Amino acid sequence: MWDSLALLGAAPILNVQLWLNGLSVGAIFALVAYGLALVWGVTSVKNLAQGDLVMMGGYLGYLLAEHGIHPLAALVPVAALMFAFGWVLYRLVIRRVIQLDLFTSLLATFGLAITIQQSLNLVFGPEVRTVQSGFGRLEMFGGMVDITEIRLIAFGLCIVLAAALVLFMKRSRIGQAIRATAQDARAARVLGVDTDRVYALAFSINAAICGAAGVLIATVWVIQPFYGIAYSVRAFVIVTAAGLGNLPGVILAALGLGVAEQYSGFVLGAQFQQATVVGLLLAILIWRQLALMRDRRVLQ
Amino acid sequence: MSAALIEVRGLTKAFGGVVANRNVSLSVAPGTITGLIGPNGSGKTTLFSSIVGQHPIDAGSIRFEGREISRLSVQEIARLGVLRTFQQTRVFSKMDCVRNMLIAAPHRHSGWRDMFRRDPRERVEKAERLLELVGLRAKRWEAAGSLSFGQQKLLELAMALMNEPKILLLDEPTAGINPTLINGLIGCLERANREFGITLFVIEHNMRVIMSLAQRIYCMSRGELLASGTPAQIRDDPRVIDAYLGVH
Amino acid sequence: MTRRSAVLHLALLAGGIAAPFVFPAHAVQFAVFWIMVLFALTWDTMGGQMGYNSLGNILFFGLGMYICALTQIGMVYDIAQYTAANGAIRVDFTDRQYFVGLALGVVLAALGALIAAALLSWVLFGLRGPYFAIGTLGAAIAAAELTNAWEYVGGGSGIAMPVFPGAPGMRERFFYAACMAGAAACYLFLRWLYGTRFGLAINAIRDDEDKAEALGLRTGRYKTVAWSISAFFLGIAGALFGNMTGFIEPLETAYPTLTFGIFMVAMALIGGKGTLWGPIIGATLFYTLREVTWTYLLGWQYIALGVLIIVNVVYFRQGVLGWLRERRPAWFA
Repeated sequence: MWDSLALLGAAPILNVQLWLNGLSVGAIFALVAYGLALVWGVTSVKNLAQGDLVMMGGYLGYLLAEHGIHPLAALVPVAALMFAFGWVLYRLVIRRVIQLDLFTSLLATFGLAITIQQSLNLVFGPEVRTVQSGFGRLEMFGGMVDITEIRLIAFGLCIVLAAALVLFMKRSRIGQAIRATAQDARAARVLGVDTDRVYALAFSINAAICGAAGVLIATVWVIQPFYGIAYSVRAFVIVTAAGLGNLPGVILAALGLGVAEQYSGFVLGAQFQQATVVGLLLAILIWRQLALMRDRRVLQ
Repeated sequence: MSAALIEVRGLTKAFGGVVANRNVSLSVAPGTITGLIGPNGSGKTTLFSSIVGQHPIDAGSIRFEGREISRLSVQEIARLGVLRTFQQTRVFSKMDCVRNMLIAAPHRHSGWRDMFRRDPRERVEKAERLLELVGLRAKRWEAAGSLSFGQQKLLELAMALMNEPKILLLDEPTAGINPTLINGLIGCLERANREFGITLFVIEHNMRVIMSLAQRIYCMSRGELLASGTPAQIRDDPRVIDAYLGVH
Repeated sequence: MTRRSAVLHLALLAGGIAAPFVFPAHAVQFAVFWIMVLFALTWDTMGGQMGYNSLGNILFFGLGMYICALTQIGMVYDIAQYTAANGAIRVDFTDRQYFVGLALGVVLAALGALIAAALLSWVLFGLRGPYFAIGTLGAAIAAAELTNAWEYVGGGSGIAMPVFPGAPGMRERFFYAACMAGAAACYLFLRWLYGTRFGLAINAIRDDEDKAEALGLRTGRYKTVAWSISAFFLGIAGALFGNMTGFIEPLETAYPTLTFGIFMVAMALIGGKGTLWGPIIGATLFYTLREVTWTYLLGWQYIALGVLIIVNVVYFRQGVLGWLRERRPAWFA
């Protein structure tokens, strides 16, 4: 570990590499976290299947790639397919657990997570897969730092997607209905908003976001049926740290997490990466709880 | 003159931008029945919540038997003997009344070993006696959640008595109760005060009830203490009349 | 105990004792069944009786497994050498060494898990509901990952367990007896516990924790003790299971959050949470179903599990016992 730290100090250029990798992956985390926060804020359901929806999107992108469709072109169809899937999931499962206590809805999404990951395993097998984007590498600083062009493109796409979402939420009537329901569902209903439809939309939009993120991940990194939980955990860390409704916070926390992970992987070793993230989750939950305790409240 | 059981000085509590209690000072003498009245939104329930430790206060001091309790947790304050009932009743709805009562038995002296004992016969008998006192004996084996609102209030009162508190803060005990049952309830409260020596601090909107029950009454308005005195003094105090009838 | 109840218990006891002799080929499966019962009972203490739904109880299972393994090996060999050799070292345990090691290992596993629960309580019991669930899940995953990275205990390569001295048939029967004894002890203990003030207190915490606190109940104490009790029995289960499988490693065997970890929840919910027999019924149904469908639904069994959880949560929340209570209230009079 100390050697790695020393290396970072001796060759500062390495830091640039870590930051570049971290930011590009953090941008994708931000998307996934935003989707989680959307569902959470509107329906109060904490979706433990978030990462698995991402993986599903990735595998859909993989399938399309096998049929000659370039991943970037696959983004829209995958998002659309996942939107439909999310709608079906909402009608079949989520709608019936929304009124129940929060653990029950969490458990329902956990059941979904298991179903999705095992189905993916059955269909695609447990090997890791990736999708070739056909783009090259960009070298900087005399070859010491490199980044695949697809990462840069993915980063850009994340920004575009995030901006589109924010605009949609702020300007469109549907977006306003969603935000109104998130603030006060009963008042929204009284005003004529069809809250059931809003919930369905929120969940489906989230599924679409996950789908797009999944395609990006398949090209930027790898997909595997059981990697979903890693993304779920990260999304939770980000949303719990930033708080609901705090979009700039979510983005910052996501980028920060991406970078922090890169550093922990480099300094402590790859085997500690997941442990670090989970450790962060626990630390943040406890920190939030301590903050509430001063007010004699609890996190629930 | 005996020392006050509860002594509140300069209590201030704000939620966000709203100041619910501003510089409130009052005291409750032991063994008495003290009333707290005031129009809606005057901060009465917030005052109760502050006393029992449900939230930290912004400024001031709350003393119980001379001891500062504003920094203690709800549990600790309850074990010292300060109990409150809620406007909307809170009982353990899935358990029957007797078990509700058994849980309410005092915890201040229970140690590690007591956790693993069965409830002794005397405790069950005491629970049944108290349920009889409030008129719930017939329903004692029914789930608390199946009782009517008024009956749940009675159960909550019985549970509070079971806990052997030194002072009981009652938040609108007669609200929502059938007028024919109110006298019975008042009778219970008076008995609790007379026979068990429990000090009562009561928020009430029912003027007839509080005027006949209390020996001293405080009136709040818009977060501040407006007036205090005997029921007769309060009844004739123009400021009190203004607060209830005046334009806010 | 009523006469009908006594007869039922005796019948189960007789059946339990006879099982490995009547069906020797299934002795291991039966032993694992008792472990499942332990899983369901201990989860229900926290989730069903107290309302603190943990998704990470498996942590104590794995912890117990490792503590026991390290005790057994550490008494005779140098641990670091043993794990580094990765099973290439020649392991020779005398009968005496084996049994003493196992006994001590089980005791330490139980105590270690109990202490871990007490410590973790302090950290995690400020969280409630879904946050508690996520926090415990995180703790279990963290434990798995950290163990995986720790070379001293074998890391990802795991630890080869000492071999049971004795004829092959003996081994199965021995562990079957141990698992059944563990499950029976847990059942009897919880049966007693729920009848004391403790049972009432944790039910009160479940129904309205704030009200319980407002009555002066020492909620922190009760929560910690409840979790420690669950951990104690889970530690024993882990110690025994580790010895039964013969080889342990962190991600799939010791801390399987997505399989055993979630089975605990599913079994208690299917049978009816918050009751003493609900988890046992749930464990029986679940495990039987699983074993029967294993061969026929290969590849689909976990999908079926996921679907089962969803269906249970959405449509069948009262569980078997709750459903029976509605249909045949006379049975429960």
